[in-house]
Amino acid sequence: MAVRTLVVHVGDWSVLAAKVPPDEPAAVLRANRVVACSPAARRDGVVVGQRRREAQGRCPALVVFDHDDARDARLFEAVVATVESFTPRIEISRPGVCALATRGPSRYFGGDRSLADQVLERVDAVLADQGWPGAVGVGVADGPFAAGLAAEVAAGLAAGSAGSARAEAGSAGAAGSAVRLVAPDASSAFLAPLPVGVLDRGGLADADGLADVLVRLGLRTLGAVAALPAADLVARFGLDGRMAHRLARGLDERPPDTRIPPPALRFETEIDPPADRVDVVAFAAKALADDLHEQLDRRGLACTRVAILAETEHGESLERVWRHEGALAAGAIADRVRWQLDGWLNGSAAHRPTSGISLLALVPDEVVAATGRQLGFWGGETAVDDRAERAFARVQGLLGPEAVTVPEWRGGRGPGEQIVRVPVHAVDLTGPRQGRPEMRAAPWPGRLPAPSPAVVHPEPVSCEVVDGESIAVGVSGRGLVSAAPARLSIRGGPWVEVSAWAGPWPVDERWWDPPAHRRRARFQVVVGDGRAHLLSVEGGRWWVEATYD
Amino acid sequence: MAAVINPTSLDEVALLTRPVTLARDQVVAVLAGLRGLMPDGGLPRGSTVIVDGDGAATSLALALAAGPSAAGGWVAVVGRDDLGLAAAIEMGLVFERLALVAEPPPDQWATVVAALIGAVDVVVVGPARRVRAADARRLAARARERGTVLIQSAPGSGSGSGSGSGSGSAGRATGGRATGGRATGGRATGGATTGGPTATLEADLRLTVVATHWQGLGAGHGHLQARRLTVETSGRRRAARPRRGELWLPDRHGRIRPVATDASTDARTDASTGACGGAYAGSDIDRLDDPCREVS
Repeated sequence: MAVRTLVVHVGDWSVLAAKVPPDEPAAVLRANRVVACSPAARRDGVVVGQRRREAQGRCPALVVFDHDDARDARLFEAVVATVESFTPRIEISRPGVCALATRGPSRYFGGDRSLADQVLERVDAVLADQGWPGAVGVGVADGPFAAGLAAEVAAGLAAGSAGSARAEAGSAGAAGSAVRLVAPDASSAFLAPLPVGVLDRGGLADADGLADVLVRLGLRTLGAVAALPAADLVARFGLDGRMAHRLARGLDERPPDTRIPPPALRFETEIDPPADRVDVVAFAAKALADDLHEQLDRRGLACTRVAILAETEHGESLERVWRHEGALAAGAIADRVRWQLDGWLNGSAAHRPTSGISLLALVPDEVVAATGRQLGFWGGETAVDDRAERAFARVQGLLGPEAVTVPEWRGGRGPGEQIVRVPVHAVDLTGPRQGRPEMRAAPWPGRLPAPSPAVVHPEPVSCEVVDGESIAVGVSGRGLVSAAPARLSIRGGPWVEVSAWAGPWPVDERWWDPPAHRRRARFQVVVGDGRAHLLSVEGGRWWVEATYD
Repeated sequence: MAAVINPTSLDEVALLTRPVTLARDQVVAVLAGLRGLMPDGGLPRGSTVIVDGDGAATSLALALAAGPSAAGGWVAVVGRDDLGLAAAIEMGLVFERLALVAEPPPDQWATVVAALIGAVDVVVVGPARRVRAADARRLAARARERGTVLIQSAPGSGSGSGSGSGSGSAGRATGGRATGGRATGGRATGGATTGGPTATLEADLRLTVVATHWQGLGAGHGHLQARRLTVETSGRRRAARPRRGELWLPDRHGRIRPVATDASTDARTDASTGACGGAYAGSDIDRLDDPCREVS
């Protein structure tokens, strides 16, 4: 029997956290894809998963934000604190979504319906302060998976958006309300009409791939999956198939008998002198998380839910349970400590602690058998990744967290715009990375053809270009060059002959946005010694943008 | 004379039973196109490689790192904030296993590089500024012990001030001084323990780009398509005998491959004589097609 669960789901949380009013079109992007957008943007046709260009094409006034987990989590603390007034055991699945088991609170607050209504009212009041009334949905059902979907359906109705799945499933329920109650034992009926794509909420290893195959096999809804014999799904898809089947039937992800009781472990550290800055605690948390990980590793376990407890000198304490569908890595646990404390220490005056944090404890709350990370026999690739990750952490410790970056595909025309650097702690090094190089095939009219320059100057270097008569070369408003470039001098250095050149290639970017508007023309030149440069001329001045070194 | 050794202590037994393959005898695969340049057919593990010369040192350093990267290794690039990432990916570095470290302050440079050696397979460093000779030696020794390849794209070639040793802003001026310091102090007193304030790493293998020639760009038309390099290899031990090779980096199809020998002389004369004009560009591109067909 699945645990009866209440889920609070705030739609478009990332946009809300970016402090945008809902009537302003805005979107949050990660790796050039929309991950959340405001209702106003949605009305203009922006949808999650769209590319930046496409979204801006649909809605030219769109304000774009970069995705920031820490910002999302910090602001969500206010919502969690509100829900905490109902029950102390709250589980945060991700910023924007939290869950609680209803068994105790329901009795106290007069039943599921009454509890859900009160939670909704209180959370909505908090969100209304931020200017986002009606963005929250509350769902109650058997099991976190069904409850989460119920809340999503409810939030969808409340926000006035209706994805096809939401409309179908939601129409049956309490129409117009932001609460969706699924009666006990009715979870499977509630889930049946939903498309198989929602399985990615359930923490399968490869949900997208599985959903894709299921659709191609003609199984479009969870009901169709649930109707199959479990043995067949296991035979075809293995563990993922069994899990999908259990989810589709509205049961817990794992059969009750295989649940491993968490070992009686508690990792705590005293912080002396008490810390009132988040980074000091986060540093201690990293070591603590490593310790926890090692201990669990020794038992062959991985942690899927962890409780983080912080206590101040004056005895105030804040405990939160964080859940992750996959296993929480040490770095991920440390991140969550940082988010939680960031929200607490920098939150509203009413909730803020009155003194520094003196104690930090981590308790693994739910564990599963560790299956994911089998090291190679001779220390294969995972060992290599681990080693690299540790070294990067060390370098970050020496130079600061922003010092180590990894590339991420972003798209653009200029040589430095196509791939950007993101801090290494913002990505999971071992998992597949978003922003795959395959996206390079996306059309960027006016993009420079390969080969790309190996040196892109962070600040363009000024230079001068003259023709055969030593008169400065210019580009007219119609994109015509005044004379063939003959000589080039970089930063006032000696003149070198230009032996071959091509251009001008005019680039007129963001003409609809006066402050960001840039109009320039690019040239490729080869100079006497065989070097090639990428020059650009903007407002009559020449710059070396990049060098083909 | 005595052929029989009687081990008398455990240490001697350990010496006798030590594996005969040392770290330096193991090589990491490089891209097929670069194999001809390597004395061992690959990068010896734990070696220090310096890539210098004009016009293509950065690309060549990236191409060297691409082999180990494709074979599943991590590549870390230290202190090259100006690295063109798109070029790195085009050269064959694997997106998911590339990390970039910002330029460390001079007193931490050696510590940061030492932390990366052993953890990643290839460390690419930019022109080192103010590294003590002792630090440089210690890094090389650490690399040798841990089997990490250390590639330095040497001073003077990395940045884009067209005329080698730059003159101008403050940053560039320090770079220039570092180069000078190496030429006098580093080289002459290389063996002294208290070396000068600056030194470069001692190279096991040095690749020098002798000549660069771009194709595809004409007088006002075309775009850069293919680059032909002449590279000289020198170094210590097995690399001591200098070799010279020509390669496309990249050719017109974006591949890295050695220049087929028969066409090489023709193109070289072209490069030195007529470097400009439509006729040159057109004819050269046509000629370029032939080796492509031979290979593919």
